[in-house]
Amino acid sequence: MENLMDRPDKPLALTDANLDEAIAKYPFLVVDCWATWCGPCRMLGPIIENLAKKHQGDITFGKLDVDANTKTAERFSIQTIPNLLIFKDGRKVGDIIGAMPEAQLLKEINTYR
Amino acid sequence: METYDIIIIGGGPAGLTAGIYAARAKMKTLLIESTFSASLITTTDMVENYPGFPGGIDGFGLVERFKEQALSFGLETLQDDITEIQAAASDVSSGWFAIGSQEYHARSLIIASGAAYAKLGVPGEKEFTGRGVSYCATCDAPFYRDRTIVVVGGGDTAVQEALFLTKFASRVTLVHRRDSLRATAILQERAFANEKLDFVWSSVVEEIRGEKTVSAVRLKNLVSGRSEDLAADGVFIFAGYIPNTELANGIIERDEDGYIIVDDRMHASQPGIFACGDCIRKLLRQVVTACGDGATAAFAAQLYVEELRGTLYPHRK
Repeated sequence: MENLMDRPDKPLALTDANLDEAIAKYPFLVVDCWATWCGPCRMLGPIIENLAKKHQGDITFGKLDVDANTKTAERFSIQTIPNLLIFKDGRKVGDIIGAMPEAQLLKEINTYR
Repeated sequence: METYDIIIIGGGPAGLTAGIYAARAKMKTLLIESTFSASLITTTDMVENYPGFPGGIDGFGLVERFKEQALSFGLETLQDDITEIQAAASDVSSGWFAIGSQEYHARSLIIASGAAYAKLGVPGEKEFTGRGVSYCATCDAPFYRDRTIVVVGGGDTAVQEALFLTKFASRVTLVHRRDSLRATAILQERAFANEKLDFVWSSVVEEIRGEKTVSAVRLKNLVSGRSEDLAADGVFIFAGYIPNTELANGIIERDEDGYIIVDDRMHASQPGIFACGDCIRKLLRQVVTACGDGATAAFAAQLYVEELRGTLYPHRK
């Protein structure tokens, strides 16, 4: 299981097992729920990586494969991917659904601050 | 700023085929693909009517192959979202700007920006997007194992995706506003033979209902005028397209639905602007026709640029 480091500069590999720990640890966490079969998710992947690098220490990003982590998918009633789960101070504050350009995505993320 | 001979806007089958032809012609070419939206065909699980792939191929895999082939000829590509095109100067021989996060300059443009699935525009659609409403079966089908789904539409895409969804769902109901399918015969045969798939004819979705997630769709029968609720966990919408042509608004001629009007050389209504694929007005929108258009557009753009430069091969005009 991936060690939940301080100030990661890339998306953390999150799972059913370590998601709660990550939610508790990071004050502003964005989890990209994706799967290998999903074309739009593959478009969003590099955008999430870019944002993780640019906003290191400010926004924490994680990626969660819904295929391998079905409990999380069920827990948050995920029915469409890509689906970003937004957690602030330990609780879920929103979802962002669908792929979009980096600037627009950042704007949407920032509305949950 | 660098000046390209040809800038191709769009990274689907039309744009990539144009890229293959332009790169092989050694034109200085740049293909700009969107950062966030992929060609519609990449969301299809199975393409069976593109020649050369007996047994079919998935849409994403097919486009990856196009891309690999284009890159092998040295096509330059980058990701940006082009929102506007503009004449570089009052004299069109100065070429065009494609404007995204920065400006790109070319003597000619090939617009291959494709189309997106249209929204129904009914109450509940927006609210439940991601909570039961979907436009991508390959993305979301696995979330509907042993659940019930309504598919809206009656064309090839609607029927193909409905068939795919029957692999996961317990029941798929296809709702179509007409009393017969528009989809090609082989898909209709499979659809009628599929025990998990049934049909509601001459009906439209009036409203998508639910609390936290979708629980039903309200259907209106266009013949009887009566409305009823059909229970469903998911609604997949494949009822028409909207061309991605806003970038060309006010610059080139489009038809009333927004499709770019081109001639048989794929030339749009301004010198040096060509268009191909799903974004143009035409009879049949398929991968194979997108590729054909793309090849024609690239060759026509090549001739246009060569004529500007005065290097046109004799008799080619």
